[in-house]
Amino acid sequence: MIDFELSPEEEASVKMAHKTAEELLRPIGRYYDEHEHESPQELIDTMWERRAEGSRDPLGVVGALRIEEMCWGDAGLVLCLAGPGLGGAAVFASGTQEQMGRFLKRFGEGKPVWAAMAMTESGCGSDTSAITTTAVRDGDEWVLNGEKIFVTAGKRAVEESDGFVVVWATVDKSAGRAGMKAFVVEAGTPGMSVEKLEKKLGIRASDTATIVFEDCRIPYENILGSPEVRKLDKTKTAGFQKAMATFDATRPIVAAQAIGVARAALDFVKEALEKEGIEIRYGLPRQKLTAIERDVMDMEATYKAAKMLTMRAVWMMSQGQANSLQASMCKAKTGLAVTKITQKAVELMGPLGYSGKYIVEKCMRDAKINDIFEGTGQINMLVVARRVLEFSRDQLK
Amino acid sequence: MISFSPTEEQQMIVNMVKQVATDEFRKVYREADESGEIPAHVVDTAWELGFISTGIPEEHNGLGGERSAITGSLIAEELAWGDLSMAMHTLCPALVAYPILEMGTPEQQSKYLPAFCGDKYKPATAALIEPRFNSDPCALSASARLDGNDYIVSGEKCYVPLAADADLLLVYAAENGSTQGFILEKGASGLEVGEREKNMGLKALPTYEVTFKDCRVPQANRLGGKDGCDFNRIMNCSRVALSAMAVGVARAAFEYSRDYAKERAAFGEPIASRQAIAFMLAEMAIEVDATRLMTWEAAWKLDRQENATREASLVKMYADDMVVMVTDGGVQILGGHGYIREHPVELWLRNGRGFATFDGMAII
Repeated sequence: MIDFELSPEEEASVKMAHKTAEELLRPIGRYYDEHEHESPQELIDTMWERRAEGSRDPLGVVGALRIEEMCWGDAGLVLCLAGPGLGGAAVFASGTQEQMGRFLKRFGEGKPVWAAMAMTESGCGSDTSAITTTAVRDGDEWVLNGEKIFVTAGKRAVEESDGFVVVWATVDKSAGRAGMKAFVVEAGTPGMSVEKLEKKLGIRASDTATIVFEDCRIPYENILGSPEVRKLDKTKTAGFQKAMATFDATRPIVAAQAIGVARAALDFVKEALEKEGIEIRYGLPRQKLTAIERDVMDMEATYKAAKMLTMRAVWMMSQGQANSLQASMCKAKTGLAVTKITQKAVELMGPLGYSGKYIVEKCMRDAKINDIFEGTGQINMLVVARRVLEFSRDQLK
Repeated sequence: MISFSPTEEQQMIVNMVKQVATDEFRKVYREADESGEIPAHVVDTAWELGFISTGIPEEHNGLGGERSAITGSLIAEELAWGDLSMAMHTLCPALVAYPILEMGTPEQQSKYLPAFCGDKYKPATAALIEPRFNSDPCALSASARLDGNDYIVSGEKCYVPLAADADLLLVYAAENGSTQGFILEKGASGLEVGEREKNMGLKALPTYEVTFKDCRVPQANRLGGKDGCDFNRIMNCSRVALSAMAVGVARAAFEYSRDYAKERAAFGEPIASRQAIAFMLAEMAIEVDATRLMTWEAAWKLDRQENATREASLVKMYADDMVVMVTDGGVQILGGHGYIREHPVELWLRNGRGFATFDGMAII
């Protein structure tokens, strides 16, 4: 039955996330935006202690709604919080029971710990088949060599906690996509080091690291999925499918982050208008609306559209339904929506919009990453297009 | 619990409606658009599915089923996917039946509702839109004032579907600043149905200008009697119905242009193999889905009897823009062929462009 009702417990869970965002994240968001690479240790510790809150349904609709609320508070801070993150999602999506036990147990105990995912290289972003990092088998070990960039939470996973990084590397360059495999590298493994931290347009509280692997040796059992290089057909390969399975899970989560940022900007605009006595007259024929009412209604409708697509993708995932198409749909829509909504907010707020005293200019900077990471808007459009056309990568490049 | 899955029963209804849309509407929609006439058997076949009588209680000869805006949205999308003129024609009697069902007095219900439960199509319509650029349902020029035991209704309306044939006409007019409905029967004195309108689209659906010249309406025919009607809710039910129909029209254009783009070759490969075309189709698919989900959410609010003005207005505005973007994309993808009346996309663009105008012309 089509239903949009949250149970009282679910609603309470979402409200609690909002309260946390309002009380703990909002007040310090600006400071950590201005002090890039400084760690909000107190927040990290507090949130680590509270991590059981809402973890009952981490990847479900309620989980996504909680993420929206938290990112309404501050997206950069949310991204720097300890937890399984994208690395954990990869293990969860493609690890064996034994691996899940071995790698994910740490998120339930002890000190704050992070897991990161290392895919992008200086020579490739969306074209992950062009990865040059290599993994060579040597007896009971894999030997990794290469350099990964733009690793979200990379430094925290590698240097500041007993975390791990899921590294994508090729075991056979000639096999293309089929040779691409994911490996778990534990923090403290010799041969793995953080080389630099990026300075970014937004989400500055989140560390974005370059990680270098030099003859980095890891146990043979740390490969996620089958080590076999197996060509299924020209377009689909086992290794690549694993990566895509991870994206099916993570894209809607990133989309949920994005709609949180969009709503932060939208709420600011609506409150500012309300203070000036400007009311949004829903239901008025469009030819009678003022330009500002039109703009705000457009922003709000776009936010809703993105949110509904996101909730559907998350819901399908929680139901165990294949959601690649819907995950890419929501990611493509949301990345663009949050970009446009926050830019419009800056425009509508005039002098308040551009000023570092208020939140909207920061929202606009934080927003843009959502149209880039976990697949740019364009790559997601390509995935959607291939799916709706039932075209292979060869038929639609 | 949050869910995006229709019930089995709803899915069965959708399949049934899709069948009629495919077998009946899609067979004759072009001819109907050209001639301006919908074959009677098409309307009769759709009527037989009992969309309106299902929601009417048994005491008024209906089937006594539950009336749901979500189910209504699913039905409206499928019908409009078949053809918008025919969808609006099929559901036109609801413009009178549903407001009476929800807000009518017991006398109004027992007097008028049984007629909507017969085997034969019951032509009935509503007059809301006014022929001026800033026509506003909540600030109408048409007026109603009490004079003795009657209301005197005067004003001008346009886009009144089936006005020439309708046995019942529900006219909306301003009464002391609020919009109220008044039920008129065919041939009421002062009720003048003008020429059939010639519109950009919806050509198969007859619409008319209607003039009310000091039309006397008995007090008993004020919708909802003394309490009047909840006009906001009527508008919201209309916004949701039209949004669902916009999704149907847009989906039709998306599917057709997608299939065309896979077939049509240029420079040695299907045009869909080029990102310029493929990305248009991806955007169309995304926006159709987004609008459908927003429509469901607004419908869900209606079903819970909550105030849905914000959700319904937002989705209606979004749907108005979406359907133009998608149907225009359909014409564009077909290029020169899209402009020719041999293909349906130009018809969908003409029909799609109307949604921003159609407020109050369909209800759920």
